[in-house]
Amino acid sequence: MNENNDYNFAFLDEVSKREIRRAIIKAIAIPGYQVPFGSRELPIGRGWGTGGIQITLSIIGPNDVLKVIDQGSDDSVNAVSIKKFVHECTGVEITTDTEKADVIQSRHRIPEEKLTEGQVLVLQVPMPEPLRYVERSELKARKMHADSEYSAAWLLLYEQIMRYGKITMGAAYPVMVDDRYVMSPSPIPRYDTLKLDDADCLYLFGAGREKMIYAVPPHTRVVPLDFEDYKFEIEETEGRACSICGATGVFFDEIFDAESGERYFQCSDSGFCGKNAERNKSNATSNECK
Amino acid sequence: MAYVAVKGGQDAIESSVELLKLSRSDGSAVLEIDAIINRAKQLIDRIMCEAGFYAPEYAAIAFKQSEGSLEEAVFLMRAYRSTLSQTHTSLTIDCKNMRLSRRISSAFKDIPLGQILGASYDYTHRLLNFRLRDEDEGELRSFREQYFSSIGGEEVDMRAERVSDLLKKENLMVAYEPDDTEPMDITKNKLMFPASRSARLQTLFRADTGFVSGVSYAGLRGYGFMAHPTIGELRSGHVEVEIKYILDENESMVLGEIFFTEVESFVSSHKSSEQELDELEIDVGYGLAFGRAETKAIAMSILDCALNYPTPNSPPNDEEFVLLHGEALEMSGFISHLKLPHYVTYQSKLDNIRKTRKANETAEKKG
Repeated sequence: MNENNDYNFAFLDEVSKREIRRAIIKAIAIPGYQVPFGSRELPIGRGWGTGGIQITLSIIGPNDVLKVIDQGSDDSVNAVSIKKFVHECTGVEITTDTEKADVIQSRHRIPEEKLTEGQVLVLQVPMPEPLRYVERSELKARKMHADSEYSAAWLLLYEQIMRYGKITMGAAYPVMVDDRYVMSPSPIPRYDTLKLDDADCLYLFGAGREKMIYAVPPHTRVVPLDFEDYKFEIEETEGRACSICGATGVFFDEIFDAESGERYFQCSDSGFCGKNAERNKSNATSNECK
Repeated sequence: MAYVAVKGGQDAIESSVELLKLSRSDGSAVLEIDAIINRAKQLIDRIMCEAGFYAPEYAAIAFKQSEGSLEEAVFLMRAYRSTLSQTHTSLTIDCKNMRLSRRISSAFKDIPLGQILGASYDYTHRLLNFRLRDEDEGELRSFREQYFSSIGGEEVDMRAERVSDLLKKENLMVAYEPDDTEPMDITKNKLMFPASRSARLQTLFRADTGFVSGVSYAGLRGYGFMAHPTIGELRSGHVEVEIKYILDENESMVLGEIFFTEVESFVSSHKSSEQELDELEIDVGYGLAFGRAETKAIAMSILDCALNYPTPNSPPNDEEFVLLHGEALEMSGFISHLKLPHYVTYQSKLDNIRKTRKANETAEKKG
């Protein structure tokens, strides 16, 4: 259980956690709308996932199973640090298996394995405001959301087409949620963006430094902004296979071998990759037995 | 291979933390908490001010734990602070009742009680004192004894009206209606714009000293609307913190004293009038900080005033610019997050670069 008795269960005091849960409920009730909240300071750097951690700490119970990934990886320094922190102040079970987790906190990836009803994916958000690049004032951006005045966001895409011949948004591709709010899906790759639409799981987004929480509830319509003649495109995966597990059609990390100068690919989702490699191995052994 | 892909990240992290302890244990002398509190008080005050958390002993521990890194010490204090529940709200602290240690005015020579210089580096030459290399504690003690016997034991209890109160009596100041709305608490709410004055002052109080000083300096040098302000009054000293007595609402209990520096800057402003010519009057900017942080308190008073005059393309007069970018934890947190792996996001960016290149090449071939 709680290994650190100097602090409350899940670090924050109960009043703070309740306040954050209220913001979450409001966010679920208005899909894609950014709910301001009194973001608390945590022992982890602001800008290192504190929005996501505050959501995780506020919703997690002693019997929940938690998975934490950073850009797809269970072993990245910050993922390790976050799960260690949550484990120390709650005692919850930690897993790397997407299917076993009740709560998954992630930075910039949605797992390859399809999330199911009852699972919550908590995404860490650096810049919650999709209009920030066209309007730096928060006050004005909030008015634009209130009025559904999104022409500047469309114009940005149009300008990219005029300049580069295509839409050049990388990660954090803006989406329209429930035909009402333009939302930043956090810097997930475009490859993951379509997973937000009509999902079985609940997506919660937490921006600790910018003090905003927003949500995409299950089975909400989420559509990337694009034009009839210039469509939303995902990243190239064709002709690539994972050098560890052999998976194709997933999102890859690109790896350069400094010695051979070779370029190869690995699954960005380390939990999925490990499971897949294991499965291939056991298939191979069972084939041998036959 | 990169530090995201390797298994055993946990071991590497633990080794890194161990190296910190190694670094902290360099040399042979233990840094005593008592010495940090009493002999490094300006630093302790700055940590507490930027943390928004008055607890000298904890600040000293934070300082010790972080090898003297201000940014880390403030961080430790803030993180601890957010685990505490707020049980009381103090009565309004009024620096009018300050037990003065120092009080000067750059606007008026003759003020009640006169100019009280107090302890200040302003009147020293900044010559490195090599005798401090081997300081004799006995000599320090006898100096203190001698000092206190020369003033007859006790320090004098000096209290005085504010300089601005005198000007208010003459109707020379911009008149503001007293505003008793419940102050907004920036530790419990997101700062929204336009920000209330209470939110503005709280944000500036906790803001990074360097940021507040730099932006107000930009204002002084001519970025935006800001005439040269005059320090109407700078006062520092002890103020009592009181809470309501739990058994009798009309009584109060003193919890202790806090050492503050308070500044009121005077700026000329104009009052539109129905007569032919506008009249000039005096507007005030307010600054406050824990301890003797005079530059910070003055800088804060300049920005407080500057934010009353929004001016296009002028960062010091733009409340979103000033209030959103001086937060010590937020700036250091976001800057340091750049050290985290960005493999996925960068992959996405790279994909776009390659695609636009490819498109151009095909177009060239066709052309």
